[in-house]
Amino acid sequence: MAQRPQPRFPEPNTEPYWEATKQNELRYPVCTACETIIFTPRRHCTDCGSQDLEWKVSRGEGTVYTFSVVRQNRMPGFVDLGAYSVAYIDLDEGFRMLSGVIGIEDPTRDIHIGQRVRVEFEEQEEGEYPIPLFRPI
Amino acid sequence: MNQDRQAAIVGIHEYPSRLTRGVSAMDIKIDCIRTALEDAGLSWGDVDAVYDAGDGEAGGGLQLSAYLGLRPNVIDTTQVGGSSYEFQAAHAWRDIAAGKCKVAILSYGSTAASARWAIGTGSMQRPGAANWEANMEIPYGTTLIANYAMVKQRHMHEYGTTTEQLAGISVATRRHAMRNPDAVQAMTDLEFVGVNEITTADVLDSRVVADPLHLLECCMISDGGGAVVIASPEVARNTRKPPVWIIGSGEAIKYTESDGDITVSAGAQSGPVAFGEAGIAPDEIDIAMIYDSFTITVAVCLEDLGFCKKGEVGDYVAGGRLAFDNPDAPALNTDGGGLSSNHPGMRGIFLLLEATRQLRGESHSQRPDARLAVAHGNGGRLGSTHTGGTVILARD
Ligand SMILES: [Zn+2]
Repeated sequence: MAQRPQPRFPEPNTEPYWEATKQNELRYPVCTACETIIFTPRRHCTDCGSQDLEWKVSRGEGTVYTFSVVRQNRMPGFVDLGAYSVAYIDLDEGFRMLSGVIGIEDPTRDIHIGQRVRVEFEEQEEGEYPIPLFRPI
Repeated sequence: MNQDRQAAIVGIHEYPSRLTRGVSAMDIKIDCIRTALEDAGLSWGDVDAVYDAGDGEAGGGLQLSAYLGLRPNVIDTTQVGGSSYEFQAAHAWRDIAAGKCKVAILSYGSTAASARWAIGTGSMQRPGAANWEANMEIPYGTTLIANYAMVKQRHMHEYGTTTEQLAGISVATRRHAMRNPDAVQAMTDLEFVGVNEITTADVLDSRVVADPLHLLECCMISDGGGAVVIASPEVARNTRKPPVWIIGSGEAIKYTESDGDITVSAGAQSGPVAFGEAGIAPDEIDIAMIYDSFTITVAVCLEDLGFCKKGEVGDYVAGGRLAFDNPDAPALNTDGGGLSSNHPGMRGIFLLLEATRQLRGESHSQRPDARLAVAHGNGGRLGSTHTGGTVILARD
């Protein structure tokens, strides 16, 4: 089982996002005044400054915008992972998030820009928050 | 060209050693400040403005000023990562022009190599930090190198740029490093596999650290430091070396946006402002000191500053084209750069130092009759939140 580092709290901007992952929901805040999506989540609209936001649930499908395969990371949780991917994913609702692509044989060969992917919530050995990652559709 | 002469770099010093053993970052800063003032022919008590990025054990402008034993009229603590020194030089220029001060010092010291910092291959955000950005990053293990690698991946995808082309940046930079005795000593002390000139094939054959970035596309981790003295025209008239005038500057930041283009850096905002103030075009530049944390950093910034069009940097740099002895192109990072001379964490000050040496005629890889230089710093992380600081320099 995976053991990636967990998010830390109290951290009010991202807490609703992470709480939703427990229900395997990928949530994102939207400004009720101007409909701007605020991602990475914050508590104000980055376009108009309004603090009147509402959380929506993403369908969890998107495309790979860009990626890298990490061959060397000395941090705990990653030292023993072998080569793993990190990627920016463009969700169909119109927001870009940092994540990774999983469920492939060889990350150096099997990931490409424009690839269609779907979110998957990866349970962790320790810690209550599953981590949203993406698997090719 | 902008003919206003409001502030000039009049003194410089670069700490020669890249593996210092038993010397503190503050020792490096003090030594560099003292020697840069000597270089200018100025004395300790002439300093009336301190610019500091919070490096070293003192921990900022207040503490550094107190440690130095100075009572400056201006303290500027701009800390924007590796480009801090381009921002600070821009601020010193306008503070001096406004009459707030006459002799400004910028300094840097770091023992990153001795202290064995994993700058590139540690995660960008450390577990334990609780903030909005860290919480969305730490589960994914995005190393600093991987962040830049994602920019290269997208650039290759959109424009057909190849590692073979970008290797030209590493090749030219290493050529320059091999002519710089301090860089040769650095590569020796830091146990580089080959302390010699390199080829495009060498870059392609070096191991991949984070796809698609190879080892020879990444900067080193070294100790080091430096200092810059910037002074008013009245002071500059009586200094020992010819003044190097600041004639334009630009500052910008950029961050991840849902519809953003990761192949465009903050330099696309700071560059045109700086060139506009200077009243010159990029093709007039003799010396391009561009922050080379990685080949892709240089590539993207060259495009954004207007040296070539977006997407065309591959041909522009291929084959080591930006060498000091190619009069058809600007000379790139003639000190050997972060790739092959030094990178203690924040390289921006070295861009100002080598640009000044070139405009004084003091470089080991001297471009004949160099008149105009650009120092462009990129701080933070190119693939997400980062800065661009551009300074245009001219000799008399
Ligand atoms: Zn809004």
